Amino acid sequence: MSVANSPAGTSRALKLPEGLRDRLNEILSQLAAAAGLIIVAVALSFASPYFLTSNNLFNIGVQVSIVALVAVGQTLVILTAGIDLSVGSVAGLGGILGTMVIAKLGFPVVPGIIVGVLVGAAIGVVNGLLVTQMRLPPFIATLGMLGVARGLTFIVGGENAVYGLPSSFRLFGEGQIGPVPMPIVYLIVVGAAGYVVLSRTKLGRYAYAIGSNEEAARISGIPLNRYKMAVYIISGALAGFGGMIAASLVHSGQPNYGVGLELNAIAACVIGGASLFGGVGTIGGTLIGAFLIAVITNGAVLLNITQYYQQVIIGVIIWLAVWWDQVRRRRLAAVAAQAHGRRGTEAAQDGQSSIRAQGDDGAPGEAGSARA
Amino acid sequence: MSQASHALVEVREVSKRFPGVQALDSVSVDIRPGEVHAVAGENGAGKSTLMKLLAQLEKPSEGDILVEGERVRFRSPRHAQRLGIAMVHQEFALAPDLSVADNLSLGREHTRAGVIVRGSEKRRARELLERVGVAVDPGRKVSSLAVAEQQRVEIAKALAVDARVVIMDEPTATLTDAEIDSLFELIEQLKGEGIAIFYISHRLDEIMRIADRVTVMRDGQVVETLDKEQLDEGKLIALMVGREIDTLYPKQEAEIGDVVLRVRGLTRPGVLLDCSFEVRAGEILGFAGVVGAGRTELARAVFGADPVSAGCIELDGRELRLGSPGEAIAAGIGYLTEDRKGEGLAMQLSVIDNVTLARIPGRGIWIDRRAERQAAEQRSDELSIRAPSLHRSVEALSGGTQQKVVVAKWLQTDARVMFFDEPTRGIDVGAKAEIFRLLSDLAGKGRAIVLISSYLPELTNMCDRIVVLRDGRTVGELRREEFGEERIMALASGTEKEAA
Ligand SMILES: Nc1ncnc2c1ncn2[C@@H]1O[C@H](COP(=O)(O)OP(=O)(O)OP(=O)(O)O)[C@@H](O)[C@H]1O
Ligand SMILES: [Mg+2]
Repeated sequence: MSVANSPAGTSRALKLPEGLRDRLNEILSQLAAAAGLIIVAVALSFASPYFLTSNNLFNIGVQVSIVALVAVGQTLVILTAGIDLSVGSVAGLGGILGTMVIAKLGFPVVPGIIVGVLVGAAIGVVNGLLVTQMRLPPFIATLGMLGVARGLTFIVGGENAVYGLPSSFRLFGEGQIGPVPMPIVYLIVVGAAGYVVLSRTKLGRYAYAIGSNEEAARISGIPLNRYKMAVYIISGALAGFGGMIAASLVHSGQPNYGVGLELNAIAACVIGGASLFGGVGTIGGTLIGAFLIAVITNGAVLLNITQYYQQVIIGVIIWLAVWWDQVRRRRLAAVAAQAHGRRGTEAAQDGQSSIRAQGDDGAPGEAGSARA
Repeated sequence: MSQASHALVEVREVSKRFPGVQALDSVSVDIRPGEVHAVAGENGAGKSTLMKLLAQLEKPSEGDILVEGERVRFRSPRHAQRLGIAMVHQEFALAPDLSVADNLSLGREHTRAGVIVRGSEKRRARELLERVGVAVDPGRKVSSLAVAEQQRVEIAKALAVDARVVIMDEPTATLTDAEIDSLFELIEQLKGEGIAIFYISHRLDEIMRIADRVTVMRDGQVVETLDKEQLDEGKLIALMVGREIDTLYPKQEAEIGDVVLRVRGLTRPGVLLDCSFEVRAGEILGFAGVVGAGRTELARAVFGADPVSAGCIELDGRELRLGSPGEAIAAGIGYLTEDRKGEGLAMQLSVIDNVTLARIPGRGIWIDRRAERQAAEQRSDELSIRAPSLHRSVEALSGGTQQKVVVAKWLQTDARVMFFDEPTRGIDVGAKAEIFRLLSDLAGKGRAIVLISSYLPELTNMCDRIVVLRDGRTVGELRREEFGEERIMALASGTEKEAA
């Protein structure tokens, strides 16, 4: 570690490109994850002439949107070293209750959708309370909720789907802005919001900090419970929203909707580089993970591969993604070491006054002095 | 004695690169049987990295390691153990929920037909524990042992694999004075058995006491290897820091003002009993006491990190009800924790994120990232934090540099009352002086400071007043004129009658 003999100003000028370089590394690392996505996409475009049509691409976008929306919330939870296993059931419950108030109680469409979202948020509140007040591990709290919310869906809504929705409800999921289907619009908005939350707000920073070291976060004065509540509420609300989009797409509330959704959402996060131990993960990575799953599913349909093979493929992708992520981290480290040259640049000791020898109070010497 | 001059282990022109850092640059050292070889140097000099290469926890980028003249291949820590090199980790690598005996035989269970033979394991464990001089039941869980006992178990574990070279990286950081003495006795005994010891410490007095040779490192290179006869503290410091240090304890006289914090009768069942003290603006108050006397617990209780059952805390004459650290920070109280890994740092986060964690610049829910970066840059200049980049996660920084990041975090809160709990733990001499200069500056600005340290000279040189704790109670208070190490120790150990 060479000691830069430059004045402080120079060293500060050196720091900026370093920051940029790290930012670049981060982007590059996501490009690496994206590379998998691109390879699969290119392969599919050769395998099926239909794959690259705008129709099919929008189709993928619509299919991925719900998983991706839910995965954005899941990312926040996972960052805090938590997990939300209840999102699939919550999407089902939100969708049923939201459509019921429209179809049975005559709510207008927008308030109905809001009800769906609020139901999800309310479940998030309960999850949050279970985690923060009853101190249940997130896995247990939300595993219980997975059962409770699904059960409630059938208890409240019965076994049959909810029909009789006004045609304007259809627009919510099937409408378009220009050529872009609404679900993709929602995804863009939520994805951007998620990115901003993680990079520019205290909620995002605290989520990383809590997941990285909860005790350090607490000692630093972060109100843990409040922020943990927040991530479960956001996750629940997004799940409820996803449930309403799904209901609009099939024009009915389906009590079975969302079974297994949580696994796809968690897979998206993990493929995108999030650590289940908390503290590591990005929205960009999660979205790439969600798209990768969606493209593979889509390709399987186009190529007439059965659903069972799809499940196998996605499982293998999870292994590969996490393995590749580790390899990449190591490789990146090596590359960076070369790029930085033999020595790291440091603003080590400049600006520090040079100090003379022989002190007054007998120092420098600690010898002979006692210790309590 | 011709045997003794033969190198047991030799490191030959070894280099190690990490992303953005040349941690070791063509380093050569060797160690002989029955020798204590100390390694000294500033934070980030590469001491721990060198030891990790020996223990095969990290792979050298270049160079060779020779055991008894033969080049060894890099494989795994287990391979290093087979070669007779064992490391006593500072963050102990014991399985806390297993028994002592199980830990001692972990990975080398004595089995018959695949079933672990408990009886013989216990017997062997008892022998090993006896050798390292610790009398605990091998059936006890490791988590129920005191820190010093756990360290003994670590050393016993090294002996269990017949180590010929034992590496100790800052082994005394969490030990009391008496425990250090008995560790040194053990080291002498191991020396007698022909075991070689690599010893890393920032405490020069320890190095002077125990080392046969000292290798001084700076910026990843070996500056010089000195024999016992050539040792002298001033020289060591100059070699380590590469410049000369004027005083280790830059205490300035500050004007002492009104009482800022007054604590009365603070009680936490089983931990604190009726603790009272006050600290004034511009004053540095010391908490003295043996490890376990309740100094940390008292600070944590005042800071709202632990619940209390009785007592009152007044800030500027107004009573506070603190339910959480967040409220304490908002009221103007800060607390630098002693355990930086456990409570200090969010390891995956960057230097910037950690420095601003307790007080993020911004408005409402938003973070002002520019202000944040500037704040972190300013603090890192102030404390000469050596990080390849402030955007990198703190995980990869050396121990002492990490400690500076925690100090920076608390400076950033600009608290009016600041508790510093062992702020110099793991920090090199140069940086210690810097941190004490900072404490003095803070006091000069009218902040009230509480300094907790197990190293008495730090207290007697820096403090205006010292409160002594024993068994969770505040048992005495000394003014600067009354300071004396014997006096303090007598109070702390209960051999003197309580003062006032
Ligand atoms: N895993 C790692 N990845 C990247 N850099 C590392 C890693 N481990 C150590 N370093 C860097 O290597 C250098 C030497 O670190 P090392 O821990 O050996 O220092 P040290 O002499 O033990 O310091 P201290 O007295 O503070 O413990 C430091 O600059 C540190 O940041
Ligand atoms: Mg070290």
